[in-house]
Amino acid sequence: MAVKHDDPATSTVATVPVTLYGRELGPNRRIPLNLDWVEEVRVNTSAVERRAATIPGRRSVKKAWQAAWLLRAIACMDLTTLSGDDSADRVRRLCAKARRPLQDHLVKALGIEELGLKVGAVCVYHAFVETAVNALKGSGIPVAAVSTGFPAGLSPLETRVAEIRRSVEAGASEIDIVITRAHVFNGEWNALYDEVAAFKEACGPAHMKSILGTGDLSTLRNVARASWVAMMAGTDFIKTSTGKEAVNATLPVSLVMIRALREYGERTGMAVGFKPAGGIKTAKQALDWMATMKDELGRSWLEPTLFRYGASSMLGDIERQLEHFVTGRYSASYRHPIA
Amino acid sequence: MSSSIVEKFRSMEYGPAPEDASDVYSWLDGHKRTFGHYIGGNFTTPGQHSFTTANPATGEALATIATATTADVDAAVNAARAALPGWQGLTGHQRARYLYALARQVQKHARRLAVLETLDNGKCIRESRDIDIPLVARHFYHHAGWAQLLDEEFPGYAPVGVVGQIIPWNFPLLMFAWKVAPALAAGCTVVIKPAEYTPLTALAFAEIAYEIGLPKGVLNVVNGDGRTGAAIVEHPNVDKIAFTGSTEVGRIIREATAKTSKKLSLELGGKSPFIIFDDADLDSAVEGLVDGIWFNQGQVCCAGSRLLVQERIAERLYEKIRARMETLRIGSPLDKAIDIGAIVDQVQYDRIQSLVDKGIAEGASCHQPDTDLPAKGLFFKPTLLTGVTPSATVAQQEIFGPVLVAMTFRTPAEAIELANNTTYGLAASIWSENINVALDAAAQVKAGVVWVNSANLFDAACGFGGYRESGYGREGGKEGMYEYLEPKWLQNKRYAAAVVALPDPSPNANTQEPDAETDGSTSPEDFAIDRTVKQYIGGKQVRPDSGYTYTVYGAFGDHAGSRIGQAPLGNRKDIRNAVEAAHAAGKWAKTTAHGRAQVLYFIAENLVQRRAEFIAKLTAFVGPEHAAIELDYSVERTFAYAAWADKFEGTIHNPPARMVTLAMKEPVGTVGILAPDEAPLLSLLSLVLPAIAMGNTVVAVPSERAAILMGELYQVFDTSDLPGGVVNLVAGNASELGKTLAEHDDVDAIWSFRDEATASMVKSASIGNLKQVFTNDGRDIDWFDPEQAQGRWFLRHSTQVKNIWVPYGE
Repeated sequence: MAVKHDDPATSTVATVPVTLYGRELGPNRRIPLNLDWVEEVRVNTSAVERRAATIPGRRSVKKAWQAAWLLRAIACMDLTTLSGDDSADRVRRLCAKARRPLQDHLVKALGIEELGLKVGAVCVYHAFVETAVNALKGSGIPVAAVSTGFPAGLSPLETRVAEIRRSVEAGASEIDIVITRAHVFNGEWNALYDEVAAFKEACGPAHMKSILGTGDLSTLRNVARASWVAMMAGTDFIKTSTGKEAVNATLPVSLVMIRALREYGERTGMAVGFKPAGGIKTAKQALDWMATMKDELGRSWLEPTLFRYGASSMLGDIERQLEHFVTGRYSASYRHPIA
Repeated sequence: MSSSIVEKFRSMEYGPAPEDASDVYSWLDGHKRTFGHYIGGNFTTPGQHSFTTANPATGEALATIATATTADVDAAVNAARAALPGWQGLTGHQRARYLYALARQVQKHARRLAVLETLDNGKCIRESRDIDIPLVARHFYHHAGWAQLLDEEFPGYAPVGVVGQIIPWNFPLLMFAWKVAPALAAGCTVVIKPAEYTPLTALAFAEIAYEIGLPKGVLNVVNGDGRTGAAIVEHPNVDKIAFTGSTEVGRIIREATAKTSKKLSLELGGKSPFIIFDDADLDSAVEGLVDGIWFNQGQVCCAGSRLLVQERIAERLYEKIRARMETLRIGSPLDKAIDIGAIVDQVQYDRIQSLVDKGIAEGASCHQPDTDLPAKGLFFKPTLLTGVTPSATVAQQEIFGPVLVAMTFRTPAEAIELANNTTYGLAASIWSENINVALDAAAQVKAGVVWVNSANLFDAACGFGGYRESGYGREGGKEGMYEYLEPKWLQNKRYAAAVVALPDPSPNANTQEPDAETDGSTSPEDFAIDRTVKQYIGGKQVRPDSGYTYTVYGAFGDHAGSRIGQAPLGNRKDIRNAVEAAHAAGKWAKTTAHGRAQVLYFIAENLVQRRAEFIAKLTAFVGPEHAAIELDYSVERTFAYAAWADKFEGTIHNPPARMVTLAMKEPVGTVGILAPDEAPLLSLLSLVLPAIAMGNTVVAVPSERAAILMGELYQVFDTSDLPGGVVNLVAGNASELGKTLAEHDDVDAIWSFRDEATASMVKSASIGNLKQVFTNDGRDIDWFDPEQAQGRWFLRHSTQVKNIWVPYGE
């Protein structure tokens, strides 16, 4: 498998192989459900929490490196609006921001014109897929649609599958599905596997992210098991949350999912991406997550093909930090155009 | 700047993130980079003897430090002695205010102390900032609390006095806090010597003490090498020595203090097992190893340096470890994104390298990550040695570096066997998702600290300290406070008269079989059936190996000087056999406390049953009146320990995290007891009973002057369901037998309650396996006074605390 990687020489998009511990991985595809892998999951919650708690203290990125990392966070961002009061104009504004996440003077001051920086994707409800596709035409920015009865995922299966098809037809090239959490509580791994596999089939060529609803799953072992089943069912990404649960992306939950996809990669030779979503609001958090990806998985997982943030307000904080880097003065949010 | 950001965007390297050290450099410059000692509330002017302390990451000299001469140590001890009455005269609350102020000041100067520590020691700033210094503050807060509660929580106890403390370089300020906080809280005054590699934070702390107005002389800091340490240890005006460091130096200190009544606590080396069962969360266990062996460059006494992994998951685990090692960042300790800093000194670096070389030479496979090291500075790559056998040097010796030594096991039983196959017993880390497996292993492993599914957790409320040659005494919590306190009555005691040894009992007058236990005055009609008193070993009456007996004479009234009978004359082999029997009876420790209480009650019952016989025997030594009283007290004492058997229980600490720490009171093991001559039955029982009530097995040497009492006593034991071997009685020359016991490497504690000379002898002889020593230091004990002769003081010495950390949460 190869990820898109900006080639330094030509600044066109080149491809670099995805590697994990030096081994090249291919894209994920469905494999038969192996219940042993699900059953042998061991997650010690306290130990995971302790490890997660040290990550922000163990890694620190400063100055020009920090600026570069924050730009990377923008490139890996699914700029998202998922509110009941979304409207076509609101989505168009978001898309405009996605095309031009930083003001020109910042881009110039940072000397990053050649990067043509843009966000990883724009993420909307199905109703706004067309609007977004039109607004992003020519930008190369994919449109992601949340789907399958988002956020609860409790509408009839046929309806959910149909929803995916409609979004893909409408031009979404990424589909963020939600799983039936009850399958996890009840240990109905076959049902979960079938569900995710059905969704993936409905996606066709579109990239699929499986939202586990980790806040609902409650225990880290549930999170790990659900991750394994979704991966075996062929998902391209595993994603923490809808942003609508009481608890969304946390570092402990992310660590458990990352470890699961790492082990999956080692066992199968296939790479799965990761998307933490909800609750990631600050530049500092963005850095913590990237450090986690880099240390636990390696450089390949800092590309938008394998790593995305689901975030709506984080960009604003990153803009302020970057302006501070450029000017040496602390910035104010009103100085940066909103989405 | 511009293109460089594009490059960095592509490479996604971390880049440097240095902590600013300028404040610390100005502090050093403010002191002209020269430091004297802190004695009697003043910093001394450095004299001609000095040494240089350097930053091991760069080789840069940081400051010149005065070396304390004997005269300096003398001045410091005198200052501490002079400050003692005033410090003890304060109320607990007043002392608490000082400790609280110290805690607050540590927090206010936290970053300066952290940076200074990192510069002087080479540990990475994350650790000094996030672990060391916060724990220092926590330790002073916690002990401010003990100062406040001293009278309520330690009634009948008084501070030991002037304390000499010697600390290592691996956690300079944290070890300083562990030593100083409890001492000050208890009302002691302190002379402390930091390690010569890392003197700076202690001096910065002294400055803090000065600033808060800690009374002059309460805390004295002197610097220097081992010679300065020796001057403290040998100083006659020091009442207690607390040492953390190598087992080798611990032995020297034990020997050096043997001739004195100085209290001693030792926190020594370790080779702590890190046990991973096949049902563990392996990824978390790998992070546990990062915290266990790659914390502080592995320069941690309780580092999980011996990886024991269940065979069927070993290869998978090693792969995960190797992968993790690649992402450990090694470099400038001041960099905020560095995991592994510098080794403290070239000497240590060379030692680590030579042990790794030896490990490889002895057949281990060595793995180190493909990481670049800084061009200069003492950086050692994290190292994994696999395929190590238990007999390999690297499996036995403490490496004190970032070197993990791995072995496999097949079953939980084998894991425990391997874990305990060491002379050390400091800590253990146990990983399993099965609570039964984890807690069973925690119970069986011989270590003072056990971390379940975690590693290297510390808290001021939870005692820390080892079993076996990892030392004795605990630091932290209530158990740690006892190291700086002693019973008030003991301090007021005069020294007992030296025991006059019996005329050499071995030659002549002895026969293969003992004489009739009569003296010449008995008339023929009273002539009883010849009764033979033998050694009592493994629940059996056995003839002394020597084949000799000695004559026991009466000591009271008409009996004085008359032959009462023959006692077996024990020798080394009797002791050897008795210790073997005591070990064979080890499952006594696993008998329920209720079961042990039942046996003790039964012993009391049978003492009463044989009341007349005992009184008749005792009369010859103490007279009829006292004999009856002594027997009755003996019965009561037996009841007391039967009562205690299921009541001297552990506690549960609540460290500031979601976990409990179970402070379990475990028996020490096999205890050798040398009983005094006074109140021969009562004193012997007063020592044996607390030991067995807590689950120890005992080899006791009764008073040689009244040893024939054991004939009655072992019949009581025999008829009271006491399993054979739990108590073994070996009569003979007490100092000779005591020496054999004190030297025996399979005896875990030696108790001497005879005279000062015997106490010194056992202390000195105990260094082989650094067994725990409990003595009256030759002080008189009134065995009839329960305050002195019964209860917690004895029970505490009958147990050692194992702190089992159990995090929970799903």
